[in-house]
Amino acid sequence: MSYKMGEFDVAVVGAGHAGVEAALASARLGCKTVMFTISLDQIANMPCNPSIGGTAKGHLVREIDALGGEMGKAADKCFIQSRMLNRGKGPAVHSLRVQADRVMYHNYMKQVCENQENLSLKQAEVSEIIVKDGKISGIITSLGAEYSVKAVIIATGTYLKGKIHIGETSFESGPDSALPSRGLSKSLIDNGIELRRFKTGTPCRVHKRSIDFESMECQDGDETIVPFSFETIAENLENKVSCYVTYTNSNTHEVILSNLDRSPLYSGRIEGVGPRYCPSIEDKVVRFSDKPRHQLFVEPMGLSTEEYYLQGMSSSLPEDVQLAFLRTIKGLENVEIMRPAYAIEYDCCDPVQLLPTLEFKKVKGLYGAGQFNGSSGYEEAAAQGIVAGINSALKIQGRESLILQRASSYIGTLIDDLVTKGCSDPYRMMTSRSEYRLILRQDNADQRLIPIGYKIGLVSKERLDKLNQKISLTEKEIRRVSRGTISPTDELNNMLESKGTSPLKTGCKIAELIKRPQISYSDIAPFDNERPDLPDDVCEQVELQIKYKGYIEKQLVQIEQAHKLEEKILPQNTDYSKIHGLRLEAAEKLNKVQPVSIAQASRISGVSPADVSMLIVWLKREKE
Amino acid sequence: MSTIAAISTPNAVGGIAVIRISGENAIEVADKIFNPFHGKKVIEMEGYTCAYGIANNDGERIDDCILTVFKAPHSYTGEDTVEISCHGGLFVSRKILRAALKNGATNAEAGEFTKRAFLNGKIDLTQAEAVMDIISAKSDLELKMAENLRGGAIFRKTEKCSERLLKLLGGLAAWADYPDEDIPEVEPDYIRSELEVSARELFSLIEYYDDGRIIRDGVQTVIVGRPNVGKSTLFNCLSGCERSIVTDIAGTTRDIVEETVRLGDIVLRLSDTAGIHDTDDLIENIGVEIAEKTIESAELIIAVFDGSCPPTEDDFKLIKKLKNKKCIAVINKLDAGTVPEFKKIENNFIHKVYISAKENTGINKLESAIKEIFEIYPENFSSVLVANERQKCCIEKALNCINEAIAAVDSGEMLDAINVVVDEAEQHLLELTGEKITDAVVDEVFSRFCVGK
Repeated sequence: MSYKMGEFDVAVVGAGHAGVEAALASARLGCKTVMFTISLDQIANMPCNPSIGGTAKGHLVREIDALGGEMGKAADKCFIQSRMLNRGKGPAVHSLRVQADRVMYHNYMKQVCENQENLSLKQAEVSEIIVKDGKISGIITSLGAEYSVKAVIIATGTYLKGKIHIGETSFESGPDSALPSRGLSKSLIDNGIELRRFKTGTPCRVHKRSIDFESMECQDGDETIVPFSFETIAENLENKVSCYVTYTNSNTHEVILSNLDRSPLYSGRIEGVGPRYCPSIEDKVVRFSDKPRHQLFVEPMGLSTEEYYLQGMSSSLPEDVQLAFLRTIKGLENVEIMRPAYAIEYDCCDPVQLLPTLEFKKVKGLYGAGQFNGSSGYEEAAAQGIVAGINSALKIQGRESLILQRASSYIGTLIDDLVTKGCSDPYRMMTSRSEYRLILRQDNADQRLIPIGYKIGLVSKERLDKLNQKISLTEKEIRRVSRGTISPTDELNNMLESKGTSPLKTGCKIAELIKRPQISYSDIAPFDNERPDLPDDVCEQVELQIKYKGYIEKQLVQIEQAHKLEEKILPQNTDYSKIHGLRLEAAEKLNKVQPVSIAQASRISGVSPADVSMLIVWLKREKE
Repeated sequence: MSTIAAISTPNAVGGIAVIRISGENAIEVADKIFNPFHGKKVIEMEGYTCAYGIANNDGERIDDCILTVFKAPHSYTGEDTVEISCHGGLFVSRKILRAALKNGATNAEAGEFTKRAFLNGKIDLTQAEAVMDIISAKSDLELKMAENLRGGAIFRKTEKCSERLLKLLGGLAAWADYPDEDIPEVEPDYIRSELEVSARELFSLIEYYDDGRIIRDGVQTVIVGRPNVGKSTLFNCLSGCERSIVTDIAGTTRDIVEETVRLGDIVLRLSDTAGIHDTDDLIENIGVEIAEKTIESAELIIAVFDGSCPPTEDDFKLIKKLKNKKCIAVINKLDAGTVPEFKKIENNFIHKVYISAKENTGINKLESAIKEIFEIYPENFSSVLVANERQKCCIEKALNCINEAIAAVDSGEMLDAINVVVDEAEQHLLELTGEKITDAVVDEVFSRFCVGK
């Protein structure tokens, strides 16, 4: 027996990293929004590593921030250690990663949501979606409360029919012992959505006093801290904790190997597909049997707790085995486990059922985001959340939807990969997934996406103006150093030689010196008399844009070239099995994905270049 | 697609001839012109089966033939296809073709079966390119080259190179994406050495490209010499050697622009037939612009001298014009005996051949001299060669990128920048093998196969 409990524009199911960004985006765009969670105490929880960012994930956080999302600001407020990874490998792969205080992060996000206009938070389990004429019209909770809504965003993470495995034991559960979502799967399937099982895992949490930090390598944060959000002021940011590194050894591996028969993974009790990019320790030991040791990081869970996280040691072996192999590791000889490692299986969808707006092709007004779409990671989830939130609002308001191109962002790349290629295991973002790495840097996420965020209405005019000022200062300074010359002096030549580069014989353009890989923009400051006083972020842009000019131009040409195929639009609802010459497999895939362009079609696995040329010929004939 | 038909065997007398019909109505067309002896109609035949029977035109018996049915997509073109094997001879095969055309097929354009095979996804662009090269091969050497390509020699080499780059890119990606893991650093020295091996391999693919082009397209050749040294006789002698004159150079017929003659493995394009026949006047007009231009634009000059009488002033004027040109001195009229003054001419040339055009002797020496000049050695072709401009262009672009990457490594650029350039090199190689479709490749498809019309 159900009862009416109200009307909303958008209902978000789940309040994890995807749900929070989706709800905030839709509410901020003026839609009356309700966010459901099985437990209000789990909002923006980090049930795995309390860490935000990392390679390519750091890029995502900055892009979310530039679009007007919350994740970057939250991470800046709640981090306890910050590092810029890959500093020595070039700006395209610089990636920011912070260790965050898990409880603080949850509190921050909960409060932001509570204080958000147009947004209601409700503790309830959504068990049914109501679809009328292929269109979403409402949802029903497990208590029978019915809400009429225009759009629903499914962001259920690992809750959907969640099942935890520890050794020989398994039980129905959401992450961190939260209740699982039981009913919704059936309702989705009844409405034509295909679901499947994925699995992921998390390592033990151990007590600080049982760790011998003295025998581990210490890893400190950066001296100069770069915040995630372009709006956070970099001053007064400080690292509060250290992380530690230690290694497994042959004894560890022996304990694991001799207990494999007690692992649910190897005994076949887990049917879900786990992430290739984040394997459990037993997986690593089995698959890379020639490696004598595996690295693990010992990281604090927060300032208000003694719990430590053991990154790299996720496992579904029994608790006693976990304790036994951990105690073979240097520094963990007397370790005390507080929460055992576990594997969790959950229902998720094959994302090729989604449009690039993240709306389901089969049910209008139904969107998916986060792990429910087959991804893994908080940042990947948040990135989809903000896009799903934006698109649900734009559609309700009758505005043009937001589809970010691959060349625009990692977010665009992530979504395109998901909806085009699908994924056979939980999808993790990596810099190598983007063909335009040198353009999609974390340092220019603001230039790439703030104008879009402003156009949508999530970014203020003030922020846009600030960006435009940064751009104009950068351009002006690039013009100056490209025209201005510098004369050889003893001091200058001494500096050049000390950096291992040739001295000047005659004067040269300042920009020519900056182009040298050994020389930084700031190295030249003492010899560049007319240099204006510029903010750090402008200096950074000047240096990068000069140093990488040739390479950036190369990538722009590639983008241009790829764009030609993006512009060859394929009609929707095409029956590809009717196109002569396409292989059967290709026609099936194309029918399923219904790509918007030839370019998207060419990225579908199972569609060969020969198939693509057929499509081009077919398209050309259709037009004639 | 419409149903097309053509005689698929050479346009010459032979033991048997094959008429191929392909397209939607191929089987219906064949049904109308062929009566199998086994009583079943052609439309009732299964794919991959043959029938012995009579080809006829409106009931008029043409010949006893064998008919083979291929059902789509299991045929060369990917469409329903019928092949009729009849007795050799142009008369019979043309009659059958005419009957097919009368009953609903249209004449196939050159290479159209291959085009359809490509359009139907039976072969990829690069395979199609090789088939087109085989179809238009003008000499044994060229055919061998084209077969080499289709056999995949170039792709194997390119793929090997592409795999090496991919491994390098993979290493760079892993190192960048897993900074905190125990992943070995990618050392600049390693990158450099891998890039250098790749560069060498790619270079070896295009090193002989010009030789390949000469074999495929022929050598632009002009015969010069003062009057009565025997140019016309030499010309006739060359074209008469083996009358396999090939005239399918785009848009030309041999009567109008070029005379293409074959000399062993080499094709010579003797420019301007009329000019050749009038070249007796050439030396008299040596100051005339046209003659100079001809010499200027030629890739090979065959300068003919009369060995039986002392050189004249015209001979020496000509020798002056030929300085620094690829040229062969042909000393003719061996049959009439040579005069000792001839050394004065000989000494001006690296390549000289003694012939008697009249008696047709010494011509084969001319062939070896040409091969020497252009460094054409058959063993080069048995290995690997690049067939056409598109492929050459891809390899050159890849090579440029790799060289740029090497320079970037040397100057200490960051790895993400080097990565971009190596990535681009890889893209060009994938474009070559057809594993990547870009707009440029698509343009190539349209230009070479006139699709969409």
